[in-house]
Amino acid sequence: MAEKILLKGNEAIAIAAVRCGCDGYFGYPITPQSEILETLSEMNPEKDTGMIVLQAESEVAAINMLYGGAGCGKKVMTSSSSPGISLMTEGISYIAGAELPCVIVDVMRGGPGLGTIQPAQSDYFQITKGGGHGDYRTIVLAPASVQEMNDFVELSFDLAFKYRTPVVILSDGVIGQMMEKVELSPIKPRWTDEEIVKLHGSWAATGKTSGRKRNIVTSLDLDPHRQEMFNAKLQSKYREIERNEIRYKSLLCDDAEYLVVAYGLSARVSQKAMELARDEGIKVGLIRPVTLFPYPYEAIEAIVPRVKGILTVEMSAGQMVEDVSLAVRGKTPLYFHGRTGGMLPSPEDVLALIRSIANETYNPDSFPGHNRLWLR
Amino acid sequence: MNISDIIKPENKVYGKSRLLLDKEMHFCPGCSHGTIHKIIAETIEELAIQEQVIGISPVGCAVLAYDYIDIDWQEAAHGRAPALATAIKRLYPDKYVFTYQGDGDLASIGTGEIIHTCNRGDNVTVIFVNNAIYGMTGGQMAPTTLEGMKTATTPEGRSHISSGFPMKITEMIALLPGVVYATRQSVDTPAAERKAKKAMMKAFKSQTLKKGTSFIEFVATCSSGWKMSPTDANIWMKENMFPIYPPGDVKDEID
Repeated sequence: MAEKILLKGNEAIAIAAVRCGCDGYFGYPITPQSEILETLSEMNPEKDTGMIVLQAESEVAAINMLYGGAGCGKKVMTSSSSPGISLMTEGISYIAGAELPCVIVDVMRGGPGLGTIQPAQSDYFQITKGGGHGDYRTIVLAPASVQEMNDFVELSFDLAFKYRTPVVILSDGVIGQMMEKVELSPIKPRWTDEEIVKLHGSWAATGKTSGRKRNIVTSLDLDPHRQEMFNAKLQSKYREIERNEIRYKSLLCDDAEYLVVAYGLSARVSQKAMELARDEGIKVGLIRPVTLFPYPYEAIEAIVPRVKGILTVEMSAGQMVEDVSLAVRGKTPLYFHGRTGGMLPSPEDVLALIRSIANETYNPDSFPGHNRLWLR
Repeated sequence: MNISDIIKPENKVYGKSRLLLDKEMHFCPGCSHGTIHKIIAETIEELAIQEQVIGISPVGCAVLAYDYIDIDWQEAAHGRAPALATAIKRLYPDKYVFTYQGDGDLASIGTGEIIHTCNRGDNVTVIFVNNAIYGMTGGQMAPTTLEGMKTATTPEGRSHISSGFPMKITEMIALLPGVVYATRQSVDTPAAERKAKKAMMKAFKSQTLKKGTSFIEFVATCSSGWKMSPTDANIWMKENMFPIYPPGDVKDEID
C-alpha cells in the first residue's frame, strides 16, 4: 500500500520536492504559500538527502539563486505568490534566455498591487504568455488538487530538464491551503556530482575539467544574427513542447450540449456544478486544461461544433477565456464568469449560469462577479 | 647580440597566464579591468584550481569576462551575482566561487544581494572594481562617484545635496561579521599589482577555510569615462580617489 497522508497543498509541494531528489530550495515568505518554506525548514532535508533550503533576502535574490543553482546542473526550486512572482519575473526571463531548468511555484493571490492575500487566478497572462521581457515561454502546470500539487513537482523537474526551460506550477491560495489525502511519490536519490557532469556536462558550469571547452551560462549575445538564430532555436523548442506536452482532463464531453472550461480550483467548482446540472438533465461537459502552456486549443476546438454554448470560469476578470476564444473562434457562443479579489466561484452560481444559458434567459447582471457574453 | 640569443627558456622571468585566453579584450586603453583579469587568471593557475572554479560575471563593462579567462562561468543579471554565488557555493561547497562586479552592479542595483551574501558569510570571493563611474552605458554617475566629479548625469559635478555621498562599500561590508577579509587594492603600478596579486591569492585561499566572505575592492581607472589619457587617469586616481578610498586592508580575520 502506498503511503497516504493528509496534507495542505503547500506542504505536499515541499515534501514532494525532497522526495524527488531536489537539490536546493530558495524562497522568501509570502502569504499564502509560506508553508512551503516553513515545511522545508522543519524537514531540514540537508541532514537526510543533502538538499539545501535557504530563506533568501528577497524574491529577487531567490530567483537569482535559482539561476545560479540551475546553471551548475542542480535541481532547484522556488515558490512565491503573485507580488513575489512579479519580482522574480526578470530572473525568469534570464533563466529562459540562458536555457536553464528549474521549477517555480506560484500560489496565486488577488491583485493588482498588494491586492489581497486571498486566492485568485489572475496571474494567468503573466505566467502563460512569458511575463518578463523578450520572447520566451515557460511550461505551466495547473494542479486542481493536493495530490496534483505533489505529483506535478517531479513532473515539472522532468519537463524542465527535458527541455532546459523553467516550469511553473500555477496554483492558487485555496489549493495551497486546503487539506486532502495524498499518496506520496516514491523517494528518489539526488543526482551525485558525477551524475550531473555525465548528464549535463555539455552545458552546466561545474568547473572546467581538462578535455572540454569552458561552459558559459549566459543569455547575452550581442551579434544580431546569432541572437536571432538563438531566438529561432527557443521558438522551435516551444513548438516542440506544444507538440509533445499538452495535458488536459476531459469529463463527460461525449454527449455534452454545453461545455465548461476551467482550470485549478475553478475546475473543481465547475465539476460540482456540472454534476448538479446533469442531475437536472442539462448535459454539461468539462475540459480542465492541466498545461496552460502549451494550451489544449485543439481539445476545445474539437468539441465546439457539438455544443450550444461554452462557459469559461476563472478567478480573474477574464484571462484564460482569451485562449478559449482562440479555440472557439466565434463558432458557438462563449460566456465568461469570473470572481476576483479573493472571492470564489460557487457551484450554485455556475449551475445557475449554465441553466440560464440552456434556457436562453442569460443576463450577465444577475450573477455576482464578472460576467460577459465574451464572444457571440 | 641577436634577439634569438635572448629569447630562451632559461631567460624567461614572466609569461602570460595559460588561463588568459588569446581573444583581444574589448576594454578601452588604460582601463584597469584587463590587469585585474590577468591577476585572477594567474591566481587560479598558481593555485591549480581551474577545474574547481566557477566565476560569475556582472552586467557592465566586465560582462564579457567569460571571454577572457578559461574557466566555467555564469553571467548574472545586473547586481545579482552574489545571489548566484550563494547558491552555487551552497550546492558545491568544495568549489571556488567568485563574483566580478563593477560599482554600478555591486554598489547601486546590487546592494541588497552583496550585503546579504556577505552577512551570511558565504565562502565566496567578491571582486569589486570601483572606477567611480558607469563605463558601459557611457559615463553616468555611480554611487562611488566623487563629490564634484563631472559625469554624464552630473554635468555640474556630483553634489551630495542632490545625489548623496560617495559610498564606501568596503568599509560597510567590513562591519559584517560574515566577512573574514576586506581589502582595497589598485593596479596602477607594478608594486600595487604585486600587492593586489597577494590579496587575490589570500582571498581565494580563504575559501578553503570556510570562515566567511572575502572581499577585494579595486580602486580603478576609467580613462574613457573620465575623459582623460591613461596616464592622467592614473594620476587623477591617486590624487582624488585614494583620499576617499585609501588602499590597504580594512579587515583581516583570516589568521
